[in-house]
Amino acid sequence: MNHLAAIQVIIPLLCAPLCMLLRWRTGAWLIATLATWATFGVSLVLARTVILNGAITYDMGGWPAPWGISYHVDILSAFVVLIVSGVAALTLAFAYKSVQREIRPESLRAFYALLLICLAGLLGIALTGDAFNIYVFLEISSLSAYALIGMGQRRRALRAAFQYLIMGTIGATFILIGIGLLYSLTGTLNIQDLASRVEMIPTSTYGNHTLITAFAFLTVGLSLKLALFPLHLWLPNAYTYAPSVVTIFLAATATKVAVYMLLRFSFCILGQRFVFEQLTLGNILLLPSLAAILVASLVAIFQYDIKRMLAYSSIAQIGYMTLGISLNSHAGLSAGILHMFNHALMKGALFMVMGAVAYRTGSVYLSDFRGLGRRMPWTMAAFVFGGLSLMGVPLTAGFISKWILLQATLEAGWWPVTAIILLGSLLAVIYIWRVVETAYFNPRHEIEHGTEEAPLSMLLPMWVLIGANIYFGIDTSIPLHMAERAATILMSGGTL
Amino acid sequence: MNIGAHYNYWVAIFLMMTGFYVVITHGNLIKKLIGLNLFTTSVFILYISLAKVKGGTAPIIAPGIEVYSNPLPHVLILTAIVVGVATTAVGLALVLLIYDRYGTIEEDEIRLKDDSL
Amino acid sequence: MELIIDITLLTFLGLTALAINRIDKLFCIIMLSGIYSLLCASLFVSMDAVDVAFTEAAVGTGIATVLLLSTIGATDTQQRSAPQRPLFALLVVCATGAILVYGTMDMPAFGDPDAPIHHHVAPRYLEMSQQEVGSDNIVTSILSSYRGFDTLGETVVIFTAGLSVVGLIGFRGMQKFGDRQRAAGITQDDMGKHLVLRIVIKMFIPLILLFALYVQFHGDFGPGGGFQAGVIFASGFIFYTLMFGLDAAMRVVSPRTLSYIAALGVLTYGGVGITTLLMGGNFLDYNVLRPDPLQGQHLGIFLIELGVGTTVFSIMVLIFFAFSSRKGLRQ
Repeated sequence: MNHLAAIQVIIPLLCAPLCMLLRWRTGAWLIATLATWATFGVSLVLARTVILNGAITYDMGGWPAPWGISYHVDILSAFVVLIVSGVAALTLAFAYKSVQREIRPESLRAFYALLLICLAGLLGIALTGDAFNIYVFLEISSLSAYALIGMGQRRRALRAAFQYLIMGTIGATFILIGIGLLYSLTGTLNIQDLASRVEMIPTSTYGNHTLITAFAFLTVGLSLKLALFPLHLWLPNAYTYAPSVVTIFLAATATKVAVYMLLRFSFCILGQRFVFEQLTLGNILLLPSLAAILVASLVAIFQYDIKRMLAYSSIAQIGYMTLGISLNSHAGLSAGILHMFNHALMKGALFMVMGAVAYRTGSVYLSDFRGLGRRMPWTMAAFVFGGLSLMGVPLTAGFISKWILLQATLEAGWWPVTAIILLGSLLAVIYIWRVVETAYFNPRHEIEHGTEEAPLSMLLPMWVLIGANIYFGIDTSIPLHMAERAATILMSGGTL
Repeated sequence: MNIGAHYNYWVAIFLMMTGFYVVITHGNLIKKLIGLNLFTTSVFILYISLAKVKGGTAPIIAPGIEVYSNPLPHVLILTAIVVGVATTAVGLALVLLIYDRYGTIEEDEIRLKDDSL
Repeated sequence: MELIIDITLLTFLGLTALAINRIDKLFCIIMLSGIYSLLCASLFVSMDAVDVAFTEAAVGTGIATVLLLSTIGATDTQQRSAPQRPLFALLVVCATGAILVYGTMDMPAFGDPDAPIHHHVAPRYLEMSQQEVGSDNIVTSILSSYRGFDTLGETVVIFTAGLSVVGLIGFRGMQKFGDRQRAAGITQDDMGKHLVLRIVIKMFIPLILLFALYVQFHGDFGPGGGFQAGVIFASGFIFYTLMFGLDAAMRVVSPRTLSYIAALGVLTYGGVGITTLLMGGNFLDYNVLRPDPLQGQHLGIFLIELGVGTTVFSIMVLIFFAFSSRKGLRQ
């Protein structure tokens, strides 16, 4: 039992080389699927253990922190791990046919191995209690993500991957500088140890220059990684041209893990008081968040490539998460954390719809959706439900997090912000409606040959996610409980 | 605050920023990657400067030596160097394929070719 | 004296960086970036970071330069476009640099023995690592034992790079190269025609491989270890390829075999971790491998260094193969 935290990361990490050893191509998919489901199982047990017994600390190599690297799993880590591994398990179940269509057969094994490595990297970031280990696993996940995006069919995928590689590496290097500055002040890399030693740093009236600079570099680096407006430029291309399966996985997980890092660094290392009262992170995040919600939603309305439209919508949704953080209140933080979960559910489902449509029609332009309401009824129904969740209609998961966020803004007395959130939802109605209208009310072209419903292996994971969207919209107690407890831990500086 | 105490950091910062400048201004993809290398390698200098102890020696235990430089940043940078070369390799692989499919490795020409479609 | 060396090296670094920015012949830039790495390595030696210097020299000056050269061999050798938005960029860069300089204000002075980083975590490594891990080289102790999990991550990073190149370029592309060469009647590269080069390289290759093995197994006592050894061993192979052609090199070891070796290397590392788990310790806790903890540490470090070495060697060669096979595509 006590090795769970380590096993969580080791499974996908070591199954990746296994994929490469096989000669049998379907075997790679099988190993990857089994590995992700095992990972998901472990994450369920881990979450249960953490909820019941509190945080787990695990010393890698048996060396106690701060000398060795130790894993520290609190409820926030367990929550993020649950999201990432759950989405991965469903994505792999979905992947088989889609990948067969979109990836060259000779690259299949490398593809699945990279997917597993990316998963391991994201899990490692969420679980580790060591600042430098975060950097290492961040690079593991990013490096595999660059390659996965570059494996898209169109040549623009290469350009998108290269752009992401440049921006992502700049972001990671900024984070590396930030960690280095923190280390120079404290002499330690362990997150808890860092927190206690950062508190003890003597400050002058203007604060400690090095600490402020470390904060600045970490924030900018992480904002690049989480695609905070206006540092989001890599995201639309990357999500649009990546293979369908990669988009599903990354859209539902990668940015959430970046948000997690932001929370971890600002609340658990630098301390809420320092970050919010002295450096006003709240104000720094507020404007980009609101701009993201408005501008990205507006841009989404004018997209004809629906994958790209959803990518812009993701930027807007990230805005909701950072908005929750910028409120600097328990309610705002809970809303932000819960939205990580709910956004993974809806974007996972919506991008699976894109994968299914691309599988049948070859592309996902708006015009491809004509008549799909009749020809792919299950797929399009999933789109409608996912879209409803994205807008935040009651009885869907999307409603819950937006509702809590609204309450949090009202609590803070930020009326204009409340209005902007509502406006953002209204814009979501418009861009989702365009697709729904085309699918259901535009007759199909006569020349177009018939398209049948997507295969069951795609519909099943898609509808599991839609089911989750509805289930967690009606009974949200488990994720909400976890999000609220995570928020409590963060507000108290991560010591609980 | 004296200049002599921090010159090493400042030169490292100057080098980092030169690399950063190369990355953001130059449109040639290979030059961009070299700029990125310059940027990250200069961050390594910053880390290793932190580790230096005046009068110390390399952290390999030997009889008669009392003062060693701090080995931990060395370990971190070993890892970071590997990450750097891995990034370069992936970047170059992308450059090769971009050249294959676009016939150029200049950013603006690539953009032109995409937009003209 | 140290100060003079330091200042000289830093000046050269600055000049090289500026030159890289100005020059637009890619070949020159690549050479300069190799020089930059070499200067960095020298600087690292003067700052006591011998292991880092070793790696930087092998990677920055060696592998990275070779990869860059084979890329321009297959693409373009000249930068054509002028800098974009130089003023805006200058503004961003100056602002970032200014913030960093501001940040150094409260940093401990260079070389200050009283700085916090020398007093919190590091002393235990310096004082106890010989009793706890048993290696003279403290960097090796930390790298492979105290922070062994980071090093597993590092190995995976290299493996990922290899996978990415395989996934993007593909084995088939590499093997086609040999067929094309045979079809065109080319049996060796141009360089193979120079008698002096041929003989010198033939003499050097065994020495390089031997040196790599020395570095691999001597990491406990001096600078070096699996990573550096892997790179050096790979460079021996790269030499061979340059001389006798890609086709011949691929017959010695095929890209697919290389990918298997790399996977096995990662699994060796992970396998040590799993074994320690099964024997009742934490992940990568080598103490449990043998009844005597020190022997356990020794065995564990030996095995994981072996894993690192094989992975690094095979991935480096694999990437080189993939890149140089593109060159044939253009001809």
